Amino acid sequence: MQPDSAPLIVGTDRGLYCPPGDFYIDPWQAVQSAVITHAHGDHLRHGSARYILARPGVTIARHRLGSGNTVTPLEYGAPTRIGKTTVSLHPAGHILGSAQVRIEHEGQVWIVSGDYKRQPDPTCAPFEQLECDVFISEATFALPVYRWTPTPQVVEEIVRWWHANRERGIASLLFCYSLGKAQRVLAELKAFTNDAVYLHGAVESLTNLYRQCGVDMVPTLPATTEKKTDYRGALIIAPPSAAGTPWTRRFGEHSSGFCSGWMRVRGDRRRRGYDRGFVISDHADWPGLLETCIATRAKKVLLTHGYSDALTRYLNERGVSAAALKTAFGDEE
Amino acid sequence: MREFAELYDEIDTTTSTNLKVAAMARYFRNAPSADAAWAAYILSGRRLKRFIGPSLLRRWLVEESGLPEWLADESYSTVGDMAETIALLMETDASTKVATDVPLAEWIDERLLPLREAEEPVQRSAIVGWWRSLPYRECFLLNKLLTGELRVGVSELLVSRALSEVLEVSRADVARRMMGEWQPGAEFWEGLKTGDLPATDPSAPYPFYLASPLEADPHTLGFPQDWQVEWKWDGIRGQLIRRNSQCFIWSRGEDLITERFPELVEAATWLPNGVVLDGEIVAWRDGIVRPFSDLQQRIGRKKLSANILQNVPARFLAYDLLEQDGADVRAIPLHERRARLEALLKGAPPVLGLSPLVEAAHWDELAKLRTESRTRSVEGLMLKARTSAYGTGRQRGQWWKWKIEPYSFDAVMLYAQPGHGRRSNLYTDYTFGVWREDELVPVAKAYSGLSNEEISALDKWIRTHTLEKFGPVRAVEPTQVFELAYEGIAASSRHKSGIALRFPRILRRRTDKPAREADTIQNLQAVLEAHTGPVA
Repeated sequence: MQPDSAPLIVGTDRGLYCPPGDFYIDPWQAVQSAVITHAHGDHLRHGSARYILARPGVTIARHRLGSGNTVTPLEYGAPTRIGKTTVSLHPAGHILGSAQVRIEHEGQVWIVSGDYKRQPDPTCAPFEQLECDVFISEATFALPVYRWTPTPQVVEEIVRWWHANRERGIASLLFCYSLGKAQRVLAELKAFTNDAVYLHGAVESLTNLYRQCGVDMVPTLPATTEKKTDYRGALIIAPPSAAGTPWTRRFGEHSSGFCSGWMRVRGDRRRRGYDRGFVISDHADWPGLLETCIATRAKKVLLTHGYSDALTRYLNERGVSAAALKTAFGDEE
Repeated sequence: MREFAELYDEIDTTTSTNLKVAAMARYFRNAPSADAAWAAYILSGRRLKRFIGPSLLRRWLVEESGLPEWLADESYSTVGDMAETIALLMETDASTKVATDVPLAEWIDERLLPLREAEEPVQRSAIVGWWRSLPYRECFLLNKLLTGELRVGVSELLVSRALSEVLEVSRADVARRMMGEWQPGAEFWEGLKTGDLPATDPSAPYPFYLASPLEADPHTLGFPQDWQVEWKWDGIRGQLIRRNSQCFIWSRGEDLITERFPELVEAATWLPNGVVLDGEIVAWRDGIVRPFSDLQQRIGRKKLSANILQNVPARFLAYDLLEQDGADVRAIPLHERRARLEALLKGAPPVLGLSPLVEAAHWDELAKLRTESRTRSVEGLMLKARTSAYGTGRQRGQWWKWKIEPYSFDAVMLYAQPGHGRRSNLYTDYTFGVWREDELVPVAKAYSGLSNEEISALDKWIRTHTLEKFGPVRAVEPTQVFELAYEGIAASSRHKSGIALRFPRILRRRTDKPAREADTIQNLQAVLEAHTGPVA
């Protein structure tokens, strides 16, 4: 980046702002124009006048926002004028409809990654590697201890755990983020089984939307009916917020598991009190973050949330100019 | 070691004691005898002495991983465990790791134990080679063995349950055969089965019987006459063993601390052989017990100088008799054990004292005596059912500790740093300060006392209210007030505040209190003076 060129993105109280385009990206307060990278709660918030996002994510965004909002879908890779800038959205591989935001203005290209991962995910388009002048990247898992094993291997572990519990005649309660992670697990399970999986209400509604969008998953049943169901031997998927609530009593004796990148560290798993931790993440791991930041050939990398300090220092020491950028995005997964 | 690593994982990933026992039993049944013996050794909480210090391991990790030193340290401070950090950072591509499995006993006997005597370059190349070739789980376990901190989440009781099931020997027999020091190997495993063991180790202690805190009103315990009441001493709980004309002293943490207390060893020569006493080691001078901080000077030192021995003399206050004439007498009712103990210690050297009984006809009288605890430098009262046998571990209902309320004060949080184990990656270790004029001076570090919800709320607050970072430590905005409790106070030249608090912990977060209203150092000094007399 030339020192005299004006930044295309600046941090403000309301969120990341693009002055020449007069729009925000994933603002945490209500604004006029919001370009949205994906529909997780800390990135898609209520109250803005207009939402611009990738077409595959529209169904979910509408569900989250409710009706009466102005939502403008963009095709992946299709450039659009916003203000004085040209904006295009590109797959980020995080969840269905997730996007990197590419902004071009007076020969400058900036990219805001949103949350992303480079691992294959059957529920969404794969991450697209782009080049730019300035790359604004997430850094949720930016420490070298965070390194993911191939997902099918972890899903096989889940299946083994489920079947061992079934043999003992107890239920398996698997906690996953209700948007994205749950559906990814349901899709990955297809390689191992076609048995139906029970879903918590919060997971069920989003899973139905994924199905409408054409994502292929194992059959599912609601775990919400009043009718007495025998859950012994069943696999149930629920959001982490349901852990330890009275809702779980209906399953009787059960074993609990949690799918998250945080489960890579034993202390994290033990603290959260789950029996098993399965390391499946929708974020880039340490090698993934490094690979991406370098492959963008960016002259400057700005890092948001997570272990941004560590990655900033590491990149700088390796000759990639980097700085931390403060945002209000969460590290929960 | 693969099977043992799987067992470790199985135990680590369940809270069900039945599953833990079943997993251990399955392992014991299938393992070669020597492996089973080593597993029993490790599972029952016995530890191999550390092979390699953490700083050396850290250095090799930095060299081998190619990471900058600060990043390896940052990783360690997030993970909170060196063995795990190494296993995580050395796991590159799992598919390249094709180590053949070597049995547990062979790992320890032929690979690790000889390493103790080896030169550093030999140690380094062996260990680094294992880091590169072992799959994650085994690499983690190996590191735990190397650092001497391999602990498994099972009690000795559960281990004997599994062993008794597999060996078809009663639990009591297994427990007795497992006691003390022994050499793991195929021979020991056979002995565990048949009872044909080499002469039992004369130093073997009995498992300590622990009291539970009394939360209910003592009136719910029935008549005070059914209870043996003693002072709860503020010292080191210990077993004094006299066998084969030798003396051994074990602390409650099951550490052998004989050498720390030469005056007790000398006095013990007065005892007949085949005696085991349970009691409290206290610092004692001029006929009264001294605060625990005095005793700490003796524990903390490598070499005991004549000066220390003279200034902080120790005394053993016996309150129970576990073995007499070489026979286990733990099943005899407490009042009878007490009578035997009193008879035994008649005429003993003064250093071998008897913990006196506290006599009172009514609970209210005892409650009043309890309030005098602090002036007597004790922690409260012990209530033991007169008919009770000497049990194992913490079994509720027969032995109670009726402690006095701790001291407390309000302090401001100054620093936070991430914890270890299940608290890694979470700010749980806090430093607190009190006012000296317009400045906050650190007085205490506390780790416990908050609920998980409170900890995670505080963690969020800390991350967003950091003033400065020093490595893993964050200086936070000095606005959050906490009520802290502590058990004792002593003058200290090593602390900036001039004060050392014993066992400080958090009672609650005082969101109602502004930082300005926290306590002052003068308040604490006043407590110190009341406790020990004016500081010179």
